[in-house]
Amino acid sequence: MELTGAQALIKALEHQGTEVIFGLPGGAILPVYDPIIDSSIRHILVRHEQGAGHMAEGYALATGRPGVAMVTSGPGATNIVTPLANAYMDSTPLVVVTGQVATGSIGTDAFQECDITGVTSGITKHNWLVTDAKDLPRIVAEAFHVATTGRPGPVLIDVPKDVSQSMMEWYWPEGTDDLDLPGYHPPVGVDEAAIAEAISMLLAAERPLLYVGGGVIQGGASADLRALAERLNLPVVTTLMARGAFPDSHAQHLGMPGMHGTYTAVTALQRADLVVSLGARFDDRVTGKVDGFAPLAKIIHVDIDRAEHGKVRHPDLAIVADCKVAVAALASAAGSATPSDLSAWWSELRGYQARYPLTYEPHDGHGLLKPQQVVETLRDLSPAGTIVASGVGQHQMWASQFWNFEEPRTWINSGGAGTMGFAVPSAIGAKVGRPDRTVWAIDGDGCFQMTAQELVTARAEGIPVKIAILNNAYLGMVRQWQEMFYDERYSEVYLSPDLPNYVMWAEAMGCVGIRVDDQRDVEAAIEQANAIDDRPVVIDFRTDASEKVFPMVPAGLSNDAIMVHPSQEQR
Amino acid sequence: MTPEPIELPSSQGELRHHVLSVLVENKAGVLSRVAGLFSRRGFNIFSLAVAPTDPSRRFSRITIVVDAASAPLSQIVNQLDKLINVVEISHVNEQSVVERELLLATIGVAFDQMAGALALCASFGAEVLDATASEVTVTLAAHPDQINAFCELLAAYRVDQLHRTGLVALPRLTTPPVSPASAEPTDPHSN
Repeated sequence: MELTGAQALIKALEHQGTEVIFGLPGGAILPVYDPIIDSSIRHILVRHEQGAGHMAEGYALATGRPGVAMVTSGPGATNIVTPLANAYMDSTPLVVVTGQVATGSIGTDAFQECDITGVTSGITKHNWLVTDAKDLPRIVAEAFHVATTGRPGPVLIDVPKDVSQSMMEWYWPEGTDDLDLPGYHPPVGVDEAAIAEAISMLLAAERPLLYVGGGVIQGGASADLRALAERLNLPVVTTLMARGAFPDSHAQHLGMPGMHGTYTAVTALQRADLVVSLGARFDDRVTGKVDGFAPLAKIIHVDIDRAEHGKVRHPDLAIVADCKVAVAALASAAGSATPSDLSAWWSELRGYQARYPLTYEPHDGHGLLKPQQVVETLRDLSPAGTIVASGVGQHQMWASQFWNFEEPRTWINSGGAGTMGFAVPSAIGAKVGRPDRTVWAIDGDGCFQMTAQELVTARAEGIPVKIAILNNAYLGMVRQWQEMFYDERYSEVYLSPDLPNYVMWAEAMGCVGIRVDDQRDVEAAIEQANAIDDRPVVIDFRTDASEKVFPMVPAGLSNDAIMVHPSQEQR
Repeated sequence: MTPEPIELPSSQGELRHHVLSVLVENKAGVLSRVAGLFSRRGFNIFSLAVAPTDPSRRFSRITIVVDAASAPLSQIVNQLDKLINVVEISHVNEQSVVERELLLATIGVAFDQMAGALALCASFGAEVLDATASEVTVTLAAHPDQINAFCELLAAYRVDQLHRTGLVALPRLTTPPVSPASAEPTDPHSN
C-alpha cells in the first residue's frame, strides 16, 4: 500500500492507539493535517502551541498513556519547548510531532525554520529528524517505545514538509526487534538479592520511612506500596509528584515532605535511620541543604534510572528497577517477614502530628477569603475521585496540602520545572483523558493570565473543566519571599484583582464566570460550578494576599530550620 | 608559538582524567548530543576524538578524556548511557588501555639547526611530511606522554603551528565494559 509520508505518520499514530492529538497547524505541518480529516483520531485545536503541550501532559498524567501533540515548524515548535522541558523534568511520556521546512531548505534560514531537534536535545529523552518517508512508521514506533519505557519522558519527531509529501510503501514494525535502537536497553526485572537485603535493612531499622516519589505513580505501584507499608507498619511520605500514590486518609501517611511539606513528614526524614526512596530523586525542594538532609539515615534508593543513584545522595543500597516490579517484590518479600516493633518511632511521629498539624487561621467573618479555606471547601464539596490540576506557586502548595488525594493520577501539577500557566491546559488534557471525572484547576491569578486562552479551546471542543482562581492580586509566592526575606520590599509582584475582569474574560471565552468575595458565597458558588457540565466554569475567588504558605524551609537551609505556622511557634 | 604544556592522564599521582571509549550510532547530530550532555551536566571535556569505526559506518567511536574533578565517573557514565544513540561505554585507565595521539607540527629551522631537528624527529620516530629550506612539518603518532616530551624539545625551535588530535584509546582486550547496557550482553553489530 503506497501512502504519503503524512498518511503514514497518521496511520502510525493510529497503530499506537492514539485517541487524541492536541495541536495547531501551520505551513510545514500542513500535509500532515490533511489525513487527520479521515482519521479516527480526535484532534483538539488549541489557541497556542504551549497549550497543546500542557494538554498532552495533563492527558498523560491523568491516564498513564502518552500524550500526543502536533505543531508546525519554527515558532510553532519553539512554543512547545516549555511543555517539553516540563515533561522532561517530571518524566511524563509525550510524543510531539513538529513540521520542518523541506530537507533541501534546512540550514538556509528558510521561512519558519528552526533547528528544533537541536533546541530540544537537552529536554527530550530523544528526538528524531526524519529524512526519508519510509522511516516514518519505524520512527513513530521507536518514539512511543522510548517515551513510555524505562524512565518515561517526552520525545519529538521533526518531519520536513517534503518527507510528509513523498510516497512510501506502508509497513508496521512487528515488535521491538524491528526498531533501530541498538543503544536502548531499559532495565527489566529486579535483583532479588537486593530486595532481600532491603527487607533485612527494613527489619533492622528502628526509624524506617518510605519516601515515595512520582515513580510509584508512573509504575502503577500504589496497591503494592500499600501492602508493603501496612505489612511492616511503615510511615510514608509522598512527594509533590507522588500525591495520591498513597491515600492521604491512611493513618500511616505523614503527608508531603519538602520546602512546604508537613512538619511531621519533613522531621521524619530528618530523624529516620532508614529512608527507602521509591521512584523519587532527592530534589532540592525535598532535601533542602543536601548536607543536612536525613543525616541519620541509611538510604535505599529504588529507581529505574541508574543515573539518579548517587546524583544527589549516595545510596547504601541502590536498586535499579521499575517501581512496579521493585515495590511488588518488596511487598511480596515483606509478606513472609516478621514486622519489627516500631511503636517508639510511631509515638514520636504521632507527637509531631499532634503538635504541628497543617493549619491556617480561618475566615473570621470580615475581609478577603482565606485561600486554604477555599481549597478545603472545594475539596469537601467535590465528588470523590475529582482530578485536581494546578499552576505553580502558593495556590499549588495549598492545593497539595489541603486537598485529600486518595488515588493515583488525580493530581496534575508541574513539579520539577515549576511552569506557571500549567493548570488550565493540563486540566483540559486531563478532562479529555478522563471525561468521567470532575476536573478542577486550582489556579493563581498570575498563572491564569499566562494560558487562560485555552478555555476558548475547552468551550469550542466541549471540555467542561472548572477553574478556581485564588485571586490575591499578586504573584503570591514571590510576594511571600519578598515579605519574609527581602524586608517586605515588594518588587514587581502586584497584579490587581480587577484587571483583567475575570468574570467578563471567562464569559468572553464562552465559560460561566463567577466572582466570590464574600465568605458566605463560597459554598454556593462551588455547588453552582459543580452542577454545570456543558461548559467550562471560572470562579474568581478574592483571597487574602497576606496569607503565606507554611510550613516553610527557607531555601538553602537544612530541613531542621523548618518554620511552622506563626500560631504554632513557641508552644 | 610555544606549545602549551598539556596535562594528560598520568601513570603517576592522582587520577586527573577519565578516559571513556564510547561506541555510538553513526547518525547526524550524535556528536552534538554527547557534547551537549557534557556541557549541561557540567562535565568538563579535556579532549574528544571521533570517527566511524566499522566498514558499514553504522557506528562511530568517540574517545573522550574528561576532567575527573568535575563529576564522579559513575554519574558521567550513567548519564552518557541514557543517550539513546550511545551503544556501549568503556572506561579505560592507564593500566588497561592502549592509547595513541597524533601530532602535526610545523617548525621553523635555520639552516644550521636542520640536522639537529631531523635527529630529534628521528629519535622519537616522528616523520617528516613536508619541508622547505627553512620549515619542516613533522608528524608523530605516539603515547601522549611521548608527545608531551617531544613537544617540550620542539620548543627549542620556532614552532609555527602545532596541532594535536586528542587521545584515542581502546581498552585492552581483557577489560569488561562498564556500560550499564553490558548487563544484557549485546553485540552492537549483530542486528
